[in-house]
Amino acid sequence: MSTDKRAPDPESVEVQLRRLEAIVGQLGGDGIELDAALKLFEEGVSRLRAVTARLSDAELKVKTLVESSDGDFILDDFDE
Amino acid sequence: MKPRRPVRRGPAAAPNAIDMFLDPLFALANAPFEEVQRQSAIEASAEVQVGAPVDAPGETPATAIPVSVLNETAREVLQGAFPRLWVRGEISDFKRHRNGHWYFCLGDGGAQVRCVVWSRDQRRIPAAPDEGMMVSALGQLTVYPARGDMQLVVTGMEAEGDGLTRKAIELALRRLEKDGLLAPGRKRALPRYPRRIAVVTSPNGAAIRDVIAVARRRSPGIEIVVVPAAVQGDSAPDELCAALESLARWGDADVAIVGRGGGGRDDLRAFNDERVARALAALPMPVISAVGHEIDTTICDLVADLRAATPSAAAEAAVPLRSDVLAEIGALRTALGEAVQQQIDAARDQAVGLRERAATAMMRSIERHRARTETLGGRLHALSPLATLARGFAVALSADGRVCGRAAQFTAGEKFDLVLRDGRVTARAEEIRIVGAG
Repeated sequence: MSTDKRAPDPESVEVQLRRLEAIVGQLGGDGIELDAALKLFEEGVSRLRAVTARLSDAELKVKTLVESSDGDFILDDFDE
Repeated sequence: MKPRRPVRRGPAAAPNAIDMFLDPLFALANAPFEEVQRQSAIEASAEVQVGAPVDAPGETPATAIPVSVLNETAREVLQGAFPRLWVRGEISDFKRHRNGHWYFCLGDGGAQVRCVVWSRDQRRIPAAPDEGMMVSALGQLTVYPARGDMQLVVTGMEAEGDGLTRKAIELALRRLEKDGLLAPGRKRALPRYPRRIAVVTSPNGAAIRDVIAVARRRSPGIEIVVVPAAVQGDSAPDELCAALESLARWGDADVAIVGRGGGGRDDLRAFNDERVARALAALPMPVISAVGHEIDTTICDLVADLRAATPSAAAEAAVPLRSDVLAEIGALRTALGEAVQQQIDAARDQAVGLRERAATAMMRSIERHRARTETLGGRLHALSPLATLARGFAVALSADGRVCGRAAQFTAGEKFDLVLRDGRVTARAEEIRIVGAG
């Protein structure tokens, strides 16, 4: 399995939780319109769902990084 | 007898001007000693009668041997007689020659021996020794034939109290410091929820097993990528550098752990290697060092963003506890609900407030109108013709309901109504007398 180059994964737990914190912060602030607040809430709920689903993945994956001669990287299964 | 091949070792192997000059002599000197002996014997037998005793080489002026043969023979005898030995003494007269070799004397009180470390052997010695340092040097005793000096060709060295390693570390640290790699401001924070953790270590060691075990216990669903490298032995620095450089090029991990399980002090060498430390510092992601040695701090420990005592501790620092993450998500869920409820409550409060203000305003408006109506009503009442009737006057209405306020509006003989305070009276006009104009 060849992996993509380094880019922030928008679905990562880190990114999701950071966005959730921002949403809560915005919602807690003054001067937000109810429409906007409800939209933020909706977004927050769907992110909560996604991040919880992500965490329910109970398998630990262990791979070995292998660099091929042409400089490509491959993740092989690691023999534990 | 098997003829021995002439061998040239030690200083004689290093080509220089003196060597070139002496080469023809060496050609002779390098003829095996036995051959020289035999040659001498033949020469002797040619001169002396058969059966007469033969002088050994060097025994008489006639059999004197050249200096080159003497030195070369001494060299071979010395090298044959002495295996490589560890020799203890104090360093003096240390010189780093232009050609890269180190020259110095090793001595103790009354004795001294000249020593050399060829430049190619220097990488096996952590750092050049200091003047006056007590060291143990591993060397082969030999003779430098060009000068007839006895010298120790040193290939290994250890100082008391690990002095050379310490010195090498100090020098490396000074260079790393100068390049800013030890600055506290350089330390990066670890990601709180890494998705993928790279572990640079031996794939067969205890370290990787510990990291996997801790990660599995704390936060399944995470990915661990092993970047294999030897962590001890001579190849460890090179392998660690290569692994770290690969990881830096790949870059697709959120945090890295570099380390090994427990081990002796000697095993720390690779993690005190300046090149390894620099490769570690060049990683694009935060890195935890886990060298598994509580007493000694390695250079890698100082360059890493976080130092963990063991690989297990590194894994605990890198991998969040799943229950903690779930608790945090729970708290966020609550906070989210509360925050939106607050917004809704605020909007409702605003609506209620507005309604109340509207109601109050409406009431006031009604009040105002009522008051005005009453005033007007009073005035209207004052002006009402009915009020006049109340005072005893009457109003005449024609049959078709018109008010007849003038005599000219009546027709004699016709009926009309008189409207009084409490009713009507039907009357008839008998006679109409008009007095003056309207």
